[in-house]
Amino acid sequence: MSTQDENPQRLPGGRPDTDGPEGDEMTDLAEIEDAKLKKSERSLSQAQMVRRRFFAHKPALVSMILLISVIILAFSSLGFTGTGGWWDKTYLQTGPVVDRGVPTILSDGLLGEHPFGQDNNGRDYFALVMRGTQQSLIVAFGVAITSTILGVLIGALAGYFRGWLEAILMRLTDMVIVVPLVALAAVFGRYAQNLPGGTLTLAILLGLVTWTGMARLVRAEILSLREKEFVAAAISMGAHPARIIIKHMLPSAVGVIIVNATFAVAAAILLETSISYLGMGIQAPEASLGLLISNYENAFQTRPWLFWFPGLFIIIIALCVNFIGDGLRDAIDPRQQRKGSRRPGIRAVLGLRGKQAADERTEGPETDAADASTTTQEKEGGR
Amino acid sequence: MLSYVLKRMGSSALVLLASTLLVFILVINSGDPLQELRESNADNVEFLIQQRIEFMNLDEPWYSRYWIWLSGVLGCLGGACDFGTNISGQDVGVLTQQAAGASLRLVFIATVFAIILGVLTGIVSAIRQYSTFDYVVSFIVFLFFSLPVFWAAVLAKDWMGIRFNNWMADPGVTWPTTITLAVIGAVVIPAIIGGPPKRRLITAAMTFVFVMIALPYLDWLNFARYPQLGPAAIAIIGVLFAVGLTALLAGMKNRRVLYSALIVVGLGLVSYYATFWLLIDPPGGWLLIAGLFLLAIALSVLVARLMGGHAKNLATTVSVLTAIIVSVLVLLDHFIRAWPGFLAIKPRPIATIGSVSPNFTGDFWEVSLDQLTQLVMPTMILMLVSVAAYTRYMRASMLEAIHQDYIRTARAKGVNERTVVFKHAFRNSMIPVTTIVAFDFAALLGGAIIIERVFGWRGLGNMFIEGLQNADPAPVMAYLLVAGTAAVLFNLIADLLYAVLDPRIRV
Repeated sequence: MSTQDENPQRLPGGRPDTDGPEGDEMTDLAEIEDAKLKKSERSLSQAQMVRRRFFAHKPALVSMILLISVIILAFSSLGFTGTGGWWDKTYLQTGPVVDRGVPTILSDGLLGEHPFGQDNNGRDYFALVMRGTQQSLIVAFGVAITSTILGVLIGALAGYFRGWLEAILMRLTDMVIVVPLVALAAVFGRYAQNLPGGTLTLAILLGLVTWTGMARLVRAEILSLREKEFVAAAISMGAHPARIIIKHMLPSAVGVIIVNATFAVAAAILLETSISYLGMGIQAPEASLGLLISNYENAFQTRPWLFWFPGLFIIIIALCVNFIGDGLRDAIDPRQQRKGSRRPGIRAVLGLRGKQAADERTEGPETDAADASTTTQEKEGGR
Repeated sequence: MLSYVLKRMGSSALVLLASTLLVFILVINSGDPLQELRESNADNVEFLIQQRIEFMNLDEPWYSRYWIWLSGVLGCLGGACDFGTNISGQDVGVLTQQAAGASLRLVFIATVFAIILGVLTGIVSAIRQYSTFDYVVSFIVFLFFSLPVFWAAVLAKDWMGIRFNNWMADPGVTWPTTITLAVIGAVVIPAIIGGPPKRRLITAAMTFVFVMIALPYLDWLNFARYPQLGPAAIAIIGVLFAVGLTALLAGMKNRRVLYSALIVVGLGLVSYYATFWLLIDPPGGWLLIAGLFLLAIALSVLVARLMGGHAKNLATTVSVLTAIIVSVLVLLDHFIRAWPGFLAIKPRPIATIGSVSPNFTGDFWEVSLDQLTQLVMPTMILMLVSVAAYTRYMRASMLEAIHQDYIRTARAKGVNERTVVFKHAFRNSMIPVTTIVAFDFAALLGGAIIIERVFGWRGLGNMFIEGLQNADPAPVMAYLLVAGTAAVLFNLIADLLYAVLDPRIRV
């Protein structure tokens, strides 16, 4: 999508690129591009390039592995219903408190009897945290999916049809935005308590308050796309609006949508834990990471593990999702990368960039020296 | 211009009206306010139920309840506000007045500090792209984005609040602490200032020596318990800022700007002596101080206009900034004077509960210090996410600006780096950030709900949560009105600021 919309705007009237006074320079550039392409064995599809760039992004890759491990840990230890996993205790089962409920992880074998300790009632804290992680993950992904579907739908309708439909939909968006998100989420969360369905209902209701960002974004994308020639061509051939939006426009906007859906997951997990902390989200006896922190915040002085573990899991999940989103954005929209100088090696990071440039200059032949110095200047100028 | 503002206000008011209706319906359907009374065994249950029905108009249908609330609020336009009564019959208007002060103070101070810190970090991070500093800042930004606020708040209460108070009881800096701090300074400061390795080494050495001398000296003065500033320190810091701001924004060659900034510092010193006895016990409190502050700004503008000549606008910017710094210093001096007396009344200054200390009496400065020390922790926690957001957006938009063609042109024609960064890149990169800040103020009022819960404030957020728990619409709607009005107002300010930042935009 990036190569498609860069040139046509700048050259009105469909003038071919190689015409005009700058023709020679253009062909030179094209030759360089061709030479670069020949180096790689075969040409890559858009999806392949995105995948390659994503896997080359180290923080995103590590986060991806970590997040998948957390998901597997949470769902395999307790199973989907709270029992039936490889962990032998459930999150509801009480028992005698052993040794003040101190965590046994690493002190008594690898896990021990109660790896994360026990709470006041002798419930196994590992099971509670795992159950809370499950609930928080379900809500986070549920919210992200709901808000993405809703946001894309509303944004696409408003952007494509314009007119009164856009006016109504965008006023509706403003109406939701004007209320602080935490407040509106708390109101919806309180409302969800009266409804059946538990966690999933909460996820869908929270999705109903977080779609506004996505809607505005998709609308802006659609607004710029509907001026493109391929849309005009589709319209002139009599394509149905639904087909134009789904087949022609949304594939061009899918990068932006995926990246923002990822960030929505991180935002949703923080939102859910916040309102659960306020007592408006997931209710006891069901466990949630926010609810656990709320219950045991006063135990920080005496039994800090009751406070540490749920918080740690929130941070791990949110941080991983944010890094994955960052990696996806870099992979899908490499224009941002191209603008700056390339990601430097460790020497440049330590401030030894001058040495590197000097080495290049002495190694290269005489004619290249001028080029090298100008590129260095450009790079230095960016600092 | 005026018609644009009025049109904006009109459409925003309609949007706000619609969202109040939405929230009202949701709240009254979210629970049964009579639940606890129905289950109670008290003798006068009938009477209590009747009373509550009367307080909350429960005998009316929902549209009628909304209309009663709306007509009461619309009465504000005619000067007779009626925010309704809450579940126990208290007047919500009065409650809101008491609660809004603390909450808005918290959110406002957090916003101001977050803007300053975020914008500065963002700029440095962008002009040192891909440096160690940039990587560290980016990681911290990600961490703050992923931090549950309430969790961080509990942690900060314990680690910073309680430990600082213990330290205040017998303040002293041991040699290992001093050396650790000096090493940290020697690593961080060169990373921010940057430059070739030799310059970094010199900066690091200077920072190390400075901290090694300054900290023991302050310790010897017992600065934590008996801090002092005095006119000499005000003059020195003021002149440093005047010169620094001139060098940064105008360049030292521009003598007119430099002189007008220095004159402002001189005037500041004069006014320090002139207002000294007046400010020892200021009649009118903060109102008088605000008035004096405005006077100082007006004076500095006047000086800049008279002295500035061809560089009038630049001189005004530098002088006003200098005036703000000097005013803050004068204010700080008075606070510092009250500090020992304040410590005698409140030996553990950084509180973790409430927005004011209960039963606290003292003179104006001591009461203000009490409010400020109560504000420190909540403000810092509330700032975290905003600072992260502003840093990130500032960095992105600064990078965007710095790779534009006009920046290359400016460099090519020989404009120096300072002018390129501050005049060409900074100003243009502020436009998108303004939008974020405007949206963020309302979001911070949402964050205040959580912060007030953690720190036990009785502010607007507390009102909101209690109202929601009881399915009691009046306090919830009062919160919503304050938050919504703030959101509308700040978006309007942002729109007007666009025109200042980018003269091509006409409002």
